[in-house]
Amino acid sequence: MGLLALKTFRHGVHPPEAKDETSGSPIRQFPFAPLLVLPLIQHAGKPSLPEVIEGQEVVRGQRLARPDGFMSVSLHAPATGVVRKIGLCPSISGRMVPGIFLEPHPASTQEVALGEPCPLETATPEAIVAAIQEAGLVGLGGAAFPTHVKLSLPDDKPVDTLIINGAECEPYLTTDHRVMLEQRDDVVMGIRYLLRVCRAERAIVAIEANKPDAARHIQEGLPDDLPASVEVLRVKYPQGAEKMLISALLGREVPSGKLPLDTGALCINVATAAEIGRLLPAGRGIEERVITIGGPAIEHKGNYRIPIGTPLRFLLEQVGVDEDVNRVFLGGPMMGAAAPSLDIPITKGTSGVVAFTDHAAAATHRKIYPCIRCGYCVDACPMLLNPSQLGILALNEEHERMADEFHLLDCFECGSCSFVCPSHIPLVQQFRAAKATVRKARQQAAAAGPTASKEAPA
Amino acid sequence: MITAVAALSGLTMALATLLVLAHRMLHVEEDPRVGLVEDMLPHTNCGACGYPGCRAFAEALVGGEALPGKCTVSSEAGRERIAGFLGVDVGAEAKRVARLACAGGTNVARRRARYDGPATCRAAAQVAGGGKSCFFGCLGFGDCAEACDFDAIRMNEHELPVVSEAACTACGDCVEVCPKDLFSLHPVSHRLFVACKSLEAGDGILEDCEVGCTACGRCAQDAPGLVQIQSNLAVVDYDRDHRTDLPIQRCPTGAIIWMEPEGPRKGREAAKIIRKGTLPPAAT
Repeated sequence: MGLLALKTFRHGVHPPEAKDETSGSPIRQFPFAPLLVLPLIQHAGKPSLPEVIEGQEVVRGQRLARPDGFMSVSLHAPATGVVRKIGLCPSISGRMVPGIFLEPHPASTQEVALGEPCPLETATPEAIVAAIQEAGLVGLGGAAFPTHVKLSLPDDKPVDTLIINGAECEPYLTTDHRVMLEQRDDVVMGIRYLLRVCRAERAIVAIEANKPDAARHIQEGLPDDLPASVEVLRVKYPQGAEKMLISALLGREVPSGKLPLDTGALCINVATAAEIGRLLPAGRGIEERVITIGGPAIEHKGNYRIPIGTPLRFLLEQVGVDEDVNRVFLGGPMMGAAAPSLDIPITKGTSGVVAFTDHAAAATHRKIYPCIRCGYCVDACPMLLNPSQLGILALNEEHERMADEFHLLDCFECGSCSFVCPSHIPLVQQFRAAKATVRKARQQAAAAGPTASKEAPA
Repeated sequence: MITAVAALSGLTMALATLLVLAHRMLHVEEDPRVGLVEDMLPHTNCGACGYPGCRAFAEALVGGEALPGKCTVSSEAGRERIAGFLGVDVGAEAKRVARLACAGGTNVARRRARYDGPATCRAAAQVAGGGKSCFFGCLGFGDCAEACDFDAIRMNEHELPVVSEAACTACGDCVEVCPKDLFSLHPVSHRLFVACKSLEAGDGILEDCEVGCTACGRCAQDAPGLVQIQSNLAVVDYDRDHRTDLPIQRCPTGAIIWMEPEGPRKGREAAKIIRKGTLPPAAT
């Protein structure tokens, strides 16, 4: 298969992949931290409602918080122990959020208490969606969007293709790679559950060409009765973004302001699919996840199955970290977020921890020059926007114009424009700030009354 | 030659007639006082009166919907002039000012991380909330000072905004621009003020900021009802009589203060902080 024959999307960039150091290391179990911090909001939506009280003894796998309405999921105890405190805890968003502080019992065998199983043989689609919400599943690729919301499909939007996203285009991260190699049966089981819910004709497991072993392994393991195939994609960032995958695999474009569902495709991360296949038959909740711990500053790089709520400080102590460590990212270096404090816990949406030393970070710590309109960013933007023009407007604070004329809200902050900019302009950050301003203004306009909000796009 | 002159003159006359007709027939009757009142207003279009600019406010004034007192930018004499012109009351509107609910300058509040992106609060707030140790505190890049059309906000030597009571018109631009929602508009009479928004409990906050509210509750004890501890923060109930500085006296950190026109005054038991330089970042 020639390189050019592989499917891909338009534009995009080629950051150094840096995956070799961890892609060969099998998933290992991470120890329990002396205190686990469990934010009640680890998903997009409303915070979960705690069901335990301070001082209560809980068992690993027990439900700690129930969903508050549809846009919310359950939270389960990652360890057998005692609830020390229910109060504010730091989060990667830079806000204090309500959370549960759980102290694991050191001597416990950490047996998992199981809930109500949802066996594939008898489960209806509605039961599967409910079980997924009960299991507390969110998109494990990083967005942490509740999976059951994604699977609650309106009747007028049929799904013809289920895309299992194993592209993992983010540098340094190898969790999906290892999950595909080590949890193939779970992935297959997850696809069966998902096909039952979305009634798609076929499933495609999309894998970038830098993971040939995973592609081969999954291909060999797909049973004949499953309408699923493996598609190898060209290595390019951001290949793993939903809209890029749909464009590469199906040649369809998601309309501005619409969801992938509107094109008849449903994208689910391969790690999420594997967890569906692992948790639902047993009636378990998600209380641990696989993450990659890597980057130049980490001594024992690798892939770990880690209890949710492990604080960053404990994690770095365990794996060993260079004393020059300067930046720690949750998620990958392209779309991940820089950790503002080492007290921040690993949450369901954290796909990796990448740490850089002072030396390595210096490369990104450069002087910012004015835009020379070279157009590199225009060539890089996978959404076919004009980041150069947007950046100039951002400097002039013309936020409404950015949104109305230059489709600011279509930007999904992949960072390709900032990555290629020879003037080192922090474009994505400007866009993120502008988006926050625009959203705030529109919310206020909407709150002010229907007459005032007529300028909002349909 | 003559044809050309005649043709052009004819065309000119025809178009002039059209213009005259349009002027007569499409004329909109407008109260001439609106323009005069608008000229008496300060032309800042700040929106502090609640109307979308001075013109709209002038229309409201002439229409009797509002009183001149709503314009906080005009001088006292200016408001009286408009009131006299329209034959209405000035309408005593209590002067309001913007107040910042944070006192954590760089000399008293720690940083937990170094932020080196674009130097605006709104951009910094996007990166994990900025570099301040306190998740609630002022980031100090001065978006509010930039947004203020009246130069009422200046950044002091500790990167903390200082609002000039005299210059502030309570237009609310700073309230809108602050990503941490630290500004609020208060009548000047609200002298008793809690300059902290941290909801963190207990003395742990002092490691981040020496002037934070630890929710010790002494202010609430000294002025029962007037000050209450809600979600680990002292809250003043301005519906009660708040013209007493009793609650600030025993505050150990100086989080609850008495706002004098020339600056905040702390209680006598508040820790004296004489540090001029920057606090070192917290050890990680």
